[in-house]
Amino acid sequence: MTDTQPWADEIFDVLKQADVRQVAYVPDAGHIRLIERSQNDPTLKTIALTTEEEGIGIIAGAWLGGERGVLLMQSSGVGNCINMLAMIQECRFPFLTLVTMRGQWGEFNPWQVPMGQGTKPVLENMGIIVQPVDTADTLAETVDAAARLAFDAYRAVAVLISQRIIGFKNWGDDQP
Amino acid sequence: MTSRRDITLDRRAVVARILRDRGDALLVTGLGSTTWDAAAAGDHTNNFYLWGAMGGAAMVGLGLALAQPQRRVLVITGDGEQLMGLGGIATIAVQRPSNLSLVVIDNESYGETGMQDTHTKHGVDLAGIATAAGFARSTTVYNDDELEASVPVIYQQTGPIFTVVKVTTTPAATVLPPRDGAYLKNRFRQSLLRGKAAE
Repeated sequence: MTDTQPWADEIFDVLKQADVRQVAYVPDAGHIRLIERSQNDPTLKTIALTTEEEGIGIIAGAWLGGERGVLLMQSSGVGNCINMLAMIQECRFPFLTLVTMRGQWGEFNPWQVPMGQGTKPVLENMGIIVQPVDTADTLAETVDAAARLAFDAYRAVAVLISQRIIGFKNWGDDQP
Repeated sequence: MTSRRDITLDRRAVVARILRDRGDALLVTGLGSTTWDAAAAGDHTNNFYLWGAMGGAAMVGLGLALAQPQRRVLVITGDGEQLMGLGGIATIAVQRPSNLSLVVIDNESYGETGMQDTHTKHGVDLAGIATAAGFARSTTVYNDDELEASVPVIYQQTGPIFTVVKVTTTPAATVLPPRDGAYLKNRFRQSLLRGKAAE
């Protein structure tokens, strides 16, 4: 799986360039490579979460303390964040999240579809700028642009990484 | 005869006592009563008050503690607020920030919504949960002597520290600190980061 995510290395370089120091995440197969790269970098603090909304508070706290953070999650986790995102909007915290999509392109698990289809409108309703990406070759530049929008222009930005990039999941894969 | 579990401490007196020794500690408060408690003890530019985002106070404290490892970070929140973020106790325990101290002002009630019982009223032991998660130190305080003993622990011992203070439900006046979130964020960063706050 990790060998099939060369784009994750490009994203990692972009996050390093943007001086991101805290990487909060709930694991997702689509983020395997990026999480591994982050864990192996001693200058980064990687924070595993029990639920995605914890990451909102952590990113806010990091900014209060002068550090930049990023939240890595799957689209289902976006639903867990909704009320916590009020703090991002009300305080105008810079916020960057990279969301790997489910329930979207060739999904096989019907239970993933409602939140996958709801991800973009839910984020937009909570004041987040949403930038979907469908092809691997534009992913790194979109994350770079999103990081600038977040940290230089003090905005909340979500990059949605399409299932088209991550690849299909099928019955019999090691995770549902 | 007074049993150890009798609850006599007043929340305002407890928070004022803890903050009296704050020094240069950074403070995050949870929405509702603990934000009013901190305001009543005296507004401070090193305070970041949550007026919403219930369940998030300890996590804001964690991100701040990781970003500022040389500063003591104190989170003061309520039992209801912390119960909404129970998973965060495990997340903090795994990170083991040595400079983070959580204080739960536990009146066993949801104060802003009509004093309904929280789970701590029915035996849920937040300090026990923090111990089981792996906090460096976790305790429940019932009286003034225990409170006095806990204050140096809160500020000086290697964290993460978890302190539950059982307090009465005696009503206290609502004391409102500033509530504009962007203002509170910028004020806090200006106080902490000085010239770098506007970067």
